[in-house]
Amino acid sequence: MSALDFVKIASRNKRRTFLLVIILILILFGIGRLLDSVFNGGGVYTIIALTIALIQSLVSYYAGDKIVLSSVRARQPDLGDYEERQFVNVVQELCIAAGIPQPKCYVMDDPSPNAFATGRDPKHASVCATKGLLKVLNREELEGVIGHELSHVKNRDILTMTMVSVLAGAIVIIADLLRYNLFYGATRSRDRDNGGGRIIALLVFIIVVIFATIISHLMTLAVSRAREYMADAGSVSLTRNPLALASALEKISNYSKPMVGISDAVSHFFISDPKKRKLSEKDSLWANLWSTHPPIEKRIAILRQMAGASSL
Amino acid sequence: MWISIVLIVILVLGVATVLIYNALTRWKIGVGEAFAQLDVQLKRRYDLVPNLVETVKGYMKHERELLEKIAELRAKAMNTSDMKTRGTLEGEISEGIKKILLLVENYPDLKASENFMILQEELVSTENRIAYARQYYNDAVKNFNTLCQIFPVNLVAHIFGFKPAEFLEFAEERGAVSISF
Repeated sequence: MSALDFVKIASRNKRRTFLLVIILILILFGIGRLLDSVFNGGGVYTIIALTIALIQSLVSYYAGDKIVLSSVRARQPDLGDYEERQFVNVVQELCIAAGIPQPKCYVMDDPSPNAFATGRDPKHASVCATKGLLKVLNREELEGVIGHELSHVKNRDILTMTMVSVLAGAIVIIADLLRYNLFYGATRSRDRDNGGGRIIALLVFIIVVIFATIISHLMTLAVSRAREYMADAGSVSLTRNPLALASALEKISNYSKPMVGISDAVSHFFISDPKKRKLSEKDSLWANLWSTHPPIEKRIAILRQMAGASSL
Repeated sequence: MWISIVLIVILVLGVATVLIYNALTRWKIGVGEAFAQLDVQLKRRYDLVPNLVETVKGYMKHERELLEKIAELRAKAMNTSDMKTRGTLEGEISEGIKKILLLVENYPDLKASENFMILQEELVSTENRIAYARQYYNDAVKNFNTLCQIFPVNLVAHIFGFKPAEFLEFAEERGAVSISF
C-alpha cells in the first residue's frame, strides 16, 4: 500500500464523517419534528433534539478521545517499567516510519491483550495498550499491533470511529428521553383526548425510533469492520512483517477471557473484540451482520497469504 | 500582434519558472527535515554508546576490543561532515551494536540485569529508529533528485543552482534490525 492510498482513505474518511454528522442531525431533526406534531410542542422538541445533536458532535470532536480513555481507565505509561518503555519506544519508531507526529501513549491495567487508538487527527491522537498485550506479545508482534493502530490514526479512522459512536450514542439518548416522555405524556393526556389518531402517531413514532436505532447500529458495524482489514494491510506496509501480526492476532484470540468494564459504545475501537463474541467463517450471515470485528481467522489467513506472496 | 504573443509567452514562462522554483524549494526543505529527523536519531545513539560501554565493560572482558572500536567510531562519526564517510562509520557502529547484542547471550549475568534490559531495549529501539529515519530520508532524496532531472525542471534547477541531495548509505545494507528476546 502506498502513501497515496493513505491520503485517499483519509480524505474519504473525512467526507464520510461529515456525512455521518449530517445524517445524525437529520435523524434528530426528524425525531424532533415528529415529537412536536405528536405532543403539540410548537418547535420545542425540535430545538431540544438539534441542541443534543450539536452538543454531542462538538463534545465528541473535541473531547471524544478523553471520554473514551477515561471510560476505560487508561493511565500514563511508566518509563521505568521494561514492558511499558518498550511500548512507548515501538510507538515512536513506527511513527518515524509512518511519517506522523507521535501520539500520546496510554496503558490499561487489564490482563486481556488488546489495544486501540482514538483522537480526531494525527496531531491529536492517542494509542492505548492493555498490560496483558505488553506481557503476552514479543517485540515484533507488538510492532505489528502498534502498526495496525497507527494505520487507524493515519487513515483518520479514529475520527470516523469516534463520531460514529456518537451517532449511535445520541440516538440512544433521544430514545431514552422519548420513552420517558411517551409514557408521561400518554398517561397525562388520556383523559382530555380521544385516542385514535394519536395512537397511530405513537405507533409510527415507535417504529421510527426502532428503525433509527437499528440503522445507526448497523452503520457502526459496517464502518468499523472494513477498516480492520485496511489497518492490518497498513501495519504490514510499515513493519514488512505480516507473520508477526498474524501471530499477535492468534495470541490475542487465544486469550479467552473478555475484558471487564468495557461498554458497547467503545468496543469497536479495539483491535480485537473485547467482549470475545465468537465469530468464525462458518457463522451465519445474520451473526456476521452484528459483529463489530471481522473473524480473526480470516484476518490471520490474509496476513499469512501476504507473507507467502512476498517470499515468492 | 507579435508583441502580445511574445508577452504572453514570456508571462507563461515566468509563471512556470516560479511554480517550478517553489516546488523545488518545497522538496528541498522536505529533504532537510528528513535529515534533521535522522540526525536526531543518530545523536540519540551517540548518547547511548558511552552508557553501553560503561554498563557492559565490567561483564564483557573478552569484548573489550569491540567496545573500544565502537567508542572510537562514534567519536569519528560525530566529527565528520562528509556524508559518505559518515554513512560508512554509522553503518559500522550499527554492525558493532548488533554484534554486542548477540554476544550478550554468552553473559547470562549481564543479560538478566534490570539495567541492561532497559539499555538493550533502548539500543534495539534506536537501531529501528535510525533504520526507519534513514529510509525516510533516502526516499526524500530520491524523490528530490528525480524531480531535479525531469525536463523542464532540470533547466530551472540548473539556473538557480539546485544540487542533487546525497543519500546516506550505510556500510552494510540491511532492513530494520528485528531481534526478538
